[in-house]
Amino acid sequence: MPNSVSIPDTDFADPDDADASVAAAEAYDAPPKPRTSESGDLAFVAEPVVRFEGIGMRYGRAPEVLRDINLNLAPGSFHFLTGASGAGKSSLLKLIYLAQRPSRGLIHLFGRDVATLPRADLPQMRRRIGVVFQEFRLLDHLSAFDNVALPLRLSGEKAAAYRKDVAELLAWVGLGHRLHAMPPTLSGGEKQRLAIARAVVNRPDILIADEPTGNVDPEMSLRILRLFVEMNRLGATVLIASHDQTLVRQSNMPVLHLADGRLVRA
Amino acid sequence: MSDAPEMDTWSDWRPAPLLPTQDGREGSLAFVVATLCFLACLTAFALLASGRAAGGWRQQLSASATVQVRPKAGETGSEAAAQAAEALAAVKGVAEAQALDRGAAERLLEPWLGKGNIPDDLPIPHLVTVELNPKAPADAAALNAALTAAGVDATVDDHSRWMKDVERSSGVVRTLALGAGLLVAAAAAAVVAFATKAGLAARRDVVEVLHLSGAQDSFVAGLFQRRFAWLAARGGGYGALAAVALAALMRLIGGSDGFTPVLPIAWSDLLAAVPCPLMAACVAAVAARRTAMSILRAEP
Repeated sequence: MPNSVSIPDTDFADPDDADASVAAAEAYDAPPKPRTSESGDLAFVAEPVVRFEGIGMRYGRAPEVLRDINLNLAPGSFHFLTGASGAGKSSLLKLIYLAQRPSRGLIHLFGRDVATLPRADLPQMRRRIGVVFQEFRLLDHLSAFDNVALPLRLSGEKAAAYRKDVAELLAWVGLGHRLHAMPPTLSGGEKQRLAIARAVVNRPDILIADEPTGNVDPEMSLRILRLFVEMNRLGATVLIASHDQTLVRQSNMPVLHLADGRLVRA
Repeated sequence: MSDAPEMDTWSDWRPAPLLPTQDGREGSLAFVVATLCFLACLTAFALLASGRAAGGWRQQLSASATVQVRPKAGETGSEAAAQAAEALAAVKGVAEAQALDRGAAERLLEPWLGKGNIPDDLPIPHLVTVELNPKAPADAAALNAALTAAGVDATVDDHSRWMKDVERSSGVVRTLALGAGLLVAAAAAAVVAFATKAGLAARRDVVEVLHLSGAQDSFVAGLFQRRFAWLAARGGGYGALAAVALAALMRLIGGSDGFTPVLPIAWSDLLAAVPCPLMAACVAAVAARRTAMSILRAEP
């Protein structure tokens, strides 16, 4: 069992493996209940890991893309974030993974106000957040293995300590045979799984994914969702931005919906 | 079912560099640093050679004095010079005093008047050359006192005026060389800072992913610092080697005194190029780190 991420017993199956595919789908059909799933202005039972208070955000002098966002994500919760293209889903996620600052309002992550957070503390906080970017953002000059190992390297872990774990994780997401492949040689689905592996390798407390099923077929979408459910079961707070309404409905998970820059109950 | 990792090919595996290694602009930077180091090394060689030349001149001047004798009425110049030489030879700190005969004095004038162009009736100063003891040379006052005691009317030139000229010139050359060295270092730092800015802009996608994956600013700056320090060390090495080759050539082609006998290059001078790559690396490391940190800290 790797130290960095506990790999579930169920493999992330090879797309060509029919049995594994069925197993993954069945597991998805009966997803584990999130420990807490409060959101929006709803009450929560635990100290939220993500808390937005009156958040507004604009790019430059443009109109606000996010307005008066109030949001609480409890530890171990699982949410979908939906909304039309341009509704502000990616912007909201960027605020959570500290790629952007809000124009107004307060953001608390893990109980700390990010506005007053010293810059030197940002990396430590970012290491607790795994992100699957919409456009993957893999480093093309690094192999699949080195891309996944990146968060561990940045945490100061020695290669000898994480080598086996990373290899196992890559095998788990069906890329055990592509360890040394460079991202430009991978298919869209392989890149997606690579990006997911990189996001979870450090066993983050928050797992964020921006349209993680945007480039894959429905079968692969289910498998990817299955992976997030597994991570949630292991304790991660999961927030997935998606416009795949079928997937969202099938998941039976709470939904945060963005419309015109405002967060509304779905 | 997961596929088996390719563990059998891992014996020589090492973590890959986090910054892409191939970048065409870096060759240009190495060339600029090499050129700057080449110039810095040549400046250092020139400084050492000029210092050696000045030292030689200083030693020659301080080890001798010239006395111009004015004969009294009824006395020939040769007699007065001989009397002065005798008096001076007895002074403590004088190794030898020798009166120059007319032939020797004429030879001194030949470079200006030409050989055989000196008329017989041309009044020529009567000179005494004095070689001083290099360990405890007699000063001008002691020489003057001895001449006065001997009743000789003479003027002592202890070459101090020339010594001051040599020392001033040597000081100016030293200052200019130091200024040139600092200018070269500043130019190298500016070039590296510019390259760091360009590198950060070109690798913005990589830097963002590193940041969002939990990299400290200092870690990211360290990547650029090491990259440019190594690049500068390499460029500095090439520049130093080229300067050494040129200096060695100049030392070899001019016979025993080298191609520039007035500014004699010694083989040991070439060692001045040895620290050049290290100094280039240090300058580049500091410039790259400061530049990268200032840019990264300004990011959200």
